Amino acid sequence: MKRYAYFPGCSAESVSASYHVSTLETGAKLGIEFEEIEDWNCCGATPYTNIDELLAHGLCARNLAIAEKAGLDVVAPCNACFKNLHHAAAELKADKDLAEHINFALEADGLHFDGKIGVHHLIHVYVKDVGLDAIKKQVKQPLKGLKVAAYYGCQLVRPDRNDGFDPEDPRYFEDLLKAIGAEAVDFPQRLHCCGASLMVANRRAALAMVRDLLRSAVQAKADVIATACPLCQLNLECYQQDVNREFGTTYKVPVLYFTQLMGLAMGIEPRKLGIGTEVVSPKPVLECVARKPAAAAAAGAAQTVKAGQP
Amino acid sequence: MKTTMSFADEISNLMYATGTRGLNSCIQCATCSATCPAVDHMDHTPRRLIAMINAGLKDEVLASNTFWTCASCYECSSRCPKEIKPSELMYALKRYSIWHNRYRRKLVGPDFSRRFVRTIMRTGKSYEPGYAPAFIFENGPVGMVREMRFAMRLMARRRIALVPKRIKRTRNFRRMLSRILPLEGVA
Repeated sequence: MKRYAYFPGCSAESVSASYHVSTLETGAKLGIEFEEIEDWNCCGATPYTNIDELLAHGLCARNLAIAEKAGLDVVAPCNACFKNLHHAAAELKADKDLAEHINFALEADGLHFDGKIGVHHLIHVYVKDVGLDAIKKQVKQPLKGLKVAAYYGCQLVRPDRNDGFDPEDPRYFEDLLKAIGAEAVDFPQRLHCCGASLMVANRRAALAMVRDLLRSAVQAKADVIATACPLCQLNLECYQQDVNREFGTTYKVPVLYFTQLMGLAMGIEPRKLGIGTEVVSPKPVLECVARKPAAAAAAGAAQTVKAGQP
Repeated sequence: MKTTMSFADEISNLMYATGTRGLNSCIQCATCSATCPAVDHMDHTPRRLIAMINAGLKDEVLASNTFWTCASCYECSSRCPKEIKPSELMYALKRYSIWHNRYRRKLVGPDFSRRFVRTIMRTGKSYEPGYAPAFIFENGPVGMVREMRFAMRLMARRRIALVPKRIKRTRNFRRMLSRILPLEGVA
């Protein structure tokens, strides 16, 4: 059983509760123990760096120090949390002066960060530490025939990280979708930004960015967009009506977390994966799952997985 | 002898810790502008903004909406052949314009950032409804109704927390942050 210090992030307690529960459900199936970081605080998102860089590092360092006390690597399901924590850890490891200053501050909460632990994104843990073979073994109802647009988002793949994941042309998200029997469509906008908090700061700009993503997914004939980030999910799904109103489009593309798709393929009850809280109904996905059991039982789960790979 | 630091130096100093190669190494190739997903909504492209900084056009730069239109996707930083890190430059300009109170009026970004930082200072966690005033009044009555409807849509699906969450050790947390920086002027 692999253990990680789990950093849920603020949105896990509100807008992306479904990501949180589906992470825990799929993690349990895959034999991962997510130990929530005790009394974790916000990662600072982007507004903290807008105001002060050191404060931004301080916020992340507190979470890292608490995780380090437990001796566990950090895993974050959110792209922005992951990027912030990863960068803070890297900079604190590289810059002794910075580390001294931040550690002086951490003393106020009885903490210290030595830089001994790593920071990972949830999807990286699943594809690398757990591995696609182990995931395939858990698949009970391969999502055969389901066309999925794998949307990485931007901060997951950028910038300068040396963790072995290709930032220019990554394939691991697509591979993961194939492992659960789905078809990963060719989705050119998969590494483009969703607008993030620009939805507040410059609404029209962000809506245009979301529109481009939706258009790309629809042109690729995707039934559903899979995301690995709460803010991407929020912008792509919940603002879809606003995009349609602003640009006169008629998009109606469901957007689910990759953990929800994994969970469905693993035969976990939709309700346990937080499905039912969407703004755009994920009907095509649920229909695909409902269609499955008979066919899967007849063909044998392992063979169906194989057949599901284009 | 009187020495005055140039605007380009001021900004470069703010970027010192980011590991940039320096604004003066910009070759004006416009890779940043070409990769930027938000460039259509900026009044100056990132390339031009760098040229303007190097030319000392401080007032024009600070009056621009460019850096507040950056969504921090880092695509420019990962592509810049001179490792200037334009996304870090945008952060630096945001900070500079807030500290000097010189950002363009009617932009939502600065107010939103301040509210965000203040919320975290108080509770340690983010709380979305707390930021609403930053933009809800900006968009007029139509925008206000629109945002309300959006909030209700999420609330109906239990996707908005009704009460802000808090961390447990808020006192230690605040003491920690005030050791990094005296909070008065910032939060």
